Amino acid sequence: MTEVLRAPLVVEFPFTRSLGPVQSAFLTGLRERTVLGVRTSDGRVAVPPLEYDPVTAAELRDLVEVGTTGTVTTWAWNERPRPGQPLATPFAWVLVRLDGADTALLHALDASGPDAVHTGMRVRIRWAAEPAGAITGIACFEPAGPAADPGAPGAATAPPAATPHDGTFADPVTGIVAAARLDYTYSPGRAQTAYLDALAERRTVGERCPRCRKVYVPPRGACPTCGVATTDRVEVGPRGTVTTFCIVNIKAKNLDIEVPYVYAHIALDGAGLALHGRIGGIPYDRVRMGLRVEPVWTDGSRHPDHYRPTGEPDAPYDTYKELL
Amino acid sequence: MSKEPVAVVGIGQTKHVAARHDVSIAGLVREAARRALDDAGLDWPDVDAVVIGKAPDFFEGVMMPELYLADALGAVGKPMLRVHTAGSVGGSTALVAANLVAARVHRTVLTLAFEKQSESNAMWGLSLPVPFQQPLLAGAGGFFAPHVRAYMRRTGAPDTVGSLVAYKDRRNALKNPYAHLHEHGITLAKVQASPMLWDPIRYSETCPSSDGACAMVLTDRAGAARAPRPAAWLHGGAMRSEPTLFAGKDFVSPQAGKDCAADVYRQAGITDPRREIDAVEMYVPFSWYEPMWLENLGFAAEGEGWKLTEAGVTELDGDLPVNPSGGVLSTNPIGASGMIRFAEAALQVRGAAGEHQVPGARRALGHAYGGGAQFFAMWLVGSEPPQT
Repeated sequence: MTEVLRAPLVVEFPFTRSLGPVQSAFLTGLRERTVLGVRTSDGRVAVPPLEYDPVTAAELRDLVEVGTTGTVTTWAWNERPRPGQPLATPFAWVLVRLDGADTALLHALDASGPDAVHTGMRVRIRWAAEPAGAITGIACFEPAGPAADPGAPGAATAPPAATPHDGTFADPVTGIVAAARLDYTYSPGRAQTAYLDALAERRTVGERCPRCRKVYVPPRGACPTCGVATTDRVEVGPRGTVTTFCIVNIKAKNLDIEVPYVYAHIALDGAGLALHGRIGGIPYDRVRMGLRVEPVWTDGSRHPDHYRPTGEPDAPYDTYKELL
Repeated sequence: MSKEPVAVVGIGQTKHVAARHDVSIAGLVREAARRALDDAGLDWPDVDAVVIGKAPDFFEGVMMPELYLADALGAVGKPMLRVHTAGSVGGSTALVAANLVAARVHRTVLTLAFEKQSESNAMWGLSLPVPFQQPLLAGAGGFFAPHVRAYMRRTGAPDTVGSLVAYKDRRNALKNPYAHLHEHGITLAKVQASPMLWDPIRYSETCPSSDGACAMVLTDRAGAARAPRPAAWLHGGAMRSEPTLFAGKDFVSPQAGKDCAADVYRQAGITDPRREIDAVEMYVPFSWYEPMWLENLGFAAEGEGWKLTEAGVTELDGDLPVNPSGGVLSTNPIGASGMIRFAEAALQVRGAAGEHQVPGARRALGHAYGGGAQFFAMWLVGSEPPQT
């Protein structure tokens, strides 16, 4: 049995996000090195701020400014930072309750090692060198030292309380771009691997369902109607019939095909359902349902480049009407 | 023990537009939910559970809307469920919510569906670069256009029918303040002159990309008795699915759609849908799907759907108005589009559809489908409670 194919599949897209009034004020504040929270229905201060109260569901708009120094409420050491994380060197993930806030903010703490981190330690914001209207506007947290402990001898004052803030800044940040990326290893499985191996020899091989006798091309290893495994390999085509089609008049991104062109459903002889392909070798406006076609292969391509007319008489509608 | 009758007592939509840059996704869903609660005369504590639906995750990259949106929807401390059936999701979400009431699991359920197409990319979400596979060569409409041609071949429908549907739905949208497209200068000639994108589908016969949300409050008999406005009553609801591709699949009239409609009519005691149903909100993303679904849903015999459209039967003043709201052709926040169909059907039988009201509508069908004609969801609502 041949080896089953595998290949990386990367799914990556930059999603845009409109922020709405509360997150807009919060992220614009970070750019201006001001940390804003919001007062919840029961009078507590949530940082980061919330748009809606988690207890009463009330709309929250009462913004307050909190301190840039705070207390670690819990933490976890990250020995091996991954790409895209706040620091490239080992660091602690920390929840920090900023002075004046009642909830904690998740961020990174730049510390020399796990022995240098403890719950209750005082930390302060290290702002990013380049101001940013995003959570990355905070580069990370850093130890604030014992002098910042309000209980310590020589400490200046108790932590300041939150102070009202109208959330207004010049040139507010109204949206962010959130890049998403997922890395998969994709395998098409046994049946499709055999199909792809046959394509390399310019043959099309499907699998027949032992129950309904239909031939699946490409095969999937099972019949979706009968729910049984398909193991009986059957070569189909190479010729087939155009069962239906459309004429594409708009150029798709990433496709180097001159418009107009015909995109068709093609039932290869012996196949139980149609596959999709482009029709060439005939003016686009002369393509019709029932047209008999054959694949045209190009070097270096796994799939047929397109299908062209064979010159045979058109197939009668009744022979393909179940294969549209 | 019989099922609890289910009443729709609150409906809320956002004004659907191309881009809502002024609100977060939370702010968008909140707007629709708040309007539905106001319509029902209720507040957040009156809701027992929340059921939410949205388009496939890759469309806008929100993988757990039930987690992110719990605060905005007042769901903290309550059951919250997420439903996931591609383009039909708005319909199946409403049905899951309705079943919770019918089964007496919860008395009052808030259900909501949304999409911010401006912050997502449906085409990308549907075209992942799967290794070894031949890329789709045609774009969104290229998936649908061959099925339209197959319908035309099968029925002998003249190629003028698609434009009639688009012209009707865009005019209906002018009477719906929540519709996205308000094309005040629309004429049939303009539709017919619009570019042929994926022949036989013209530009004006395709749906727009919209930002929007739709919410409904569903409740039991006692809840309906307290409601300040008339309820729409659920008379039948069903979902069906089938594979996207299989040997013998009929894309023009999928078996799952026929079975789903038959189940709904059986529950509602409907034997002649054409005569007994007063208004239909069906999921028509490309204009030709109106005649196709008229046949699939049993409003016309096979091959005859286009004749109803051509004769004006589906116009707002015809005897079977289809998409009085303007339909998906005028408003398409994908994840919400199915729920908008269900909500608009309910508005009709509540007599609350405003300028696009079908006079005296007593029974209306809401229809949703999605995922390559893979999922179907429908409900039939009436102005009177079901006879149990």
